[in-house]
Amino acid sequence: MNIVLAKLALVAAGSLLTGATAVADALTGPVTQQSLNVPAIIMFMIFVGITLYITWWASKKSQSASDYYAAGGNITGFQNGLAISGDFMSAASFLGISALVFTSGYDGLIYSMGFLVGWPMIMFLIAERLRNLGRYTFADVASFRLSKRPVRILSAFGSLAVVALYLIAQMVGAGKLIQLLFGLNYHIAVVVVGVLMVCYVLFGGMLATTWVQMIKAAILLFGASFMALMVLMHVDFSIEGLFNQAVAVHSSGASIMSPGGLVKDPISAISLGLALMFGTAGLPHILMRFFTVSNAKEARKSVFVATGFIGYFYILTFIIGFGAIILVSTNPAFQDSTGAIIGGTNMVAVHLANAVGGSIFLGFISAVAFATILAVVAGLALAGASAISHDLYAGVIMKDNADEKKEVRISKISVLVLGIVAIVLGIAFESQNVAFMVGLAFSIAASCNFPVLLLSMYWRQLTTRGAVIGGGMGLATAIVLMILGPTIWVQVLGNDSPIYPYDYPALFSMAVAFIGIWLFSVTDKSASAARERELFDAQFVRSQTGIGASGSVAH
Amino acid sequence: MNRPTHNDTQWRDIQRNASFQELVQKRSRFAMTLAIIMLSLYMAFILLIAFAPGVLGTPLASGMTTTWGILIGLGLIVVAIALTGLYVRRANGEFDRLNARVLEEIER
Repeated sequence: MNIVLAKLALVAAGSLLTGATAVADALTGPVTQQSLNVPAIIMFMIFVGITLYITWWASKKSQSASDYYAAGGNITGFQNGLAISGDFMSAASFLGISALVFTSGYDGLIYSMGFLVGWPMIMFLIAERLRNLGRYTFADVASFRLSKRPVRILSAFGSLAVVALYLIAQMVGAGKLIQLLFGLNYHIAVVVVGVLMVCYVLFGGMLATTWVQMIKAAILLFGASFMALMVLMHVDFSIEGLFNQAVAVHSSGASIMSPGGLVKDPISAISLGLALMFGTAGLPHILMRFFTVSNAKEARKSVFVATGFIGYFYILTFIIGFGAIILVSTNPAFQDSTGAIIGGTNMVAVHLANAVGGSIFLGFISAVAFATILAVVAGLALAGASAISHDLYAGVIMKDNADEKKEVRISKISVLVLGIVAIVLGIAFESQNVAFMVGLAFSIAASCNFPVLLLSMYWRQLTTRGAVIGGGMGLATAIVLMILGPTIWVQVLGNDSPIYPYDYPALFSMAVAFIGIWLFSVTDKSASAARERELFDAQFVRSQTGIGASGSVAH
Repeated sequence: MNRPTHNDTQWRDIQRNASFQELVQKRSRFAMTLAIIMLSLYMAFILLIAFAPGVLGTPLASGMTTTWGILIGLGLIVVAIALTGLYVRRANGEFDRLNARVLEEIER
């Protein structure tokens, strides 16, 4: 499909370099619906048609729990790497980071750097051990030698908190986008995303989700490459020229070339850096993807492929953001009567598509952005539903004696419920900044999921008590500091000044988690703790060699 | 769910195996070295932002708009990809061969 779209887009680029028909109604303000964009809708329908066909195909192949959760373990390393990048390059990355670059320049790069460096850490510390120890969710690994029920309860809550925050960000992005591009109302957009997400996961499980993510990654990378290329062409392929022109027209001038307003103080900078770096290694929908490949070798390959694509993509968003400063901020067609960007700054990448490729390319990028959201929410929904069915239902309620069919059925019901919750939350959080939401999800992932997972694989002394109390403390600290911080306490709840002065809790909440886990593990003298420490060696051998690891056959 | 390894004594044999110990030692050292390099570079970058943002805002040459921050930021992206590639290359080659040898020796 992307080849057809590529041709369309190239034709469009040749003929329609200007034209702001889709944003014609510039006088009525940022939340106004725009006139119908037929190319966008057609291209989006093509994407939906193809992905629903794949879902139908996957539903016929998808029988066992292993098929449903892990695509039977039959995904190749390259495919998985592409799917991981499709899972990870969210609407927040594409729209949010290009918007951040557009408004504050260099700060956007700080964000992307953090998102990226998590990947080498996953490779060096986690990937192969995770693959060798787990089956469907990261809680399988965290609870490998510990007491299953408490650790699974904690991991499931950590997963669900991350999934909820991430989902909100995606839903808000989807709503805004559709409003601007398809001429549909925000609420309808959110409902459409929710319904499609449920369809993919409910009927196609991990196999359909994987293909949706791979197709999305391919078309997103193509679209972003084309935009960056057009921007570079505009500045005669001179990077210096790109920055020069941007500095000349940006209201902050030369300060966009250095760190600025995003990170106000050292604590916030370090906190954000930690959250981004280690949060990636605690995202349930990402960790889950490692169980779709057959062995550790393929798992490593997938991380390398994903790191390459994601790194390349962030370089593109940086160019796109600067391109938008030059081509979007100076063009009145993209602004309302007050001079604000139509649809808000999160829309600059979309406006830039129009500026460099005309209305057909605008349509393509809108369809891509929407597809991006669908691919990410599908992964999130599957991760959330797995936390409920595999961790809470099968692991906790049925004590690992659940009937496989029933477990999958519970998972599908959970997907339905998650879909409804996502729609409701998407509507409730209409006016929040999507990039912040994702930052908060990363803080929780870094403060609860990551410490427990890491120490369960690396630290012999870890006990159930330490993992549950320490991890719980990390989770609670992240949430409480988040609520008391500027984002929620001031911006959402309307208080005058925050009780916790920093935007990101990770520095403190990660410290609390690690100290808590350490303290409550080393002081644990129970018989069960001794047994858990004894099991470390056997776990270690398996994590290193892959002996006994779950393969492509369910067992 | 299944407890560690399908066979209760096999893992002890592996643990005592010389090739296994060599594998663990080499791979862990390599992974840790790369992790520390990545972490230090990134933390140095973050600390620069936190304590000396002016450094990153310095132009590459006088009269230029491009700053050191841009070069360092983009360079860090390239380094992240390169280190990951380096690890896969060695792990999927040398270490996996060693791993296969361990399993072979244990089967015998």
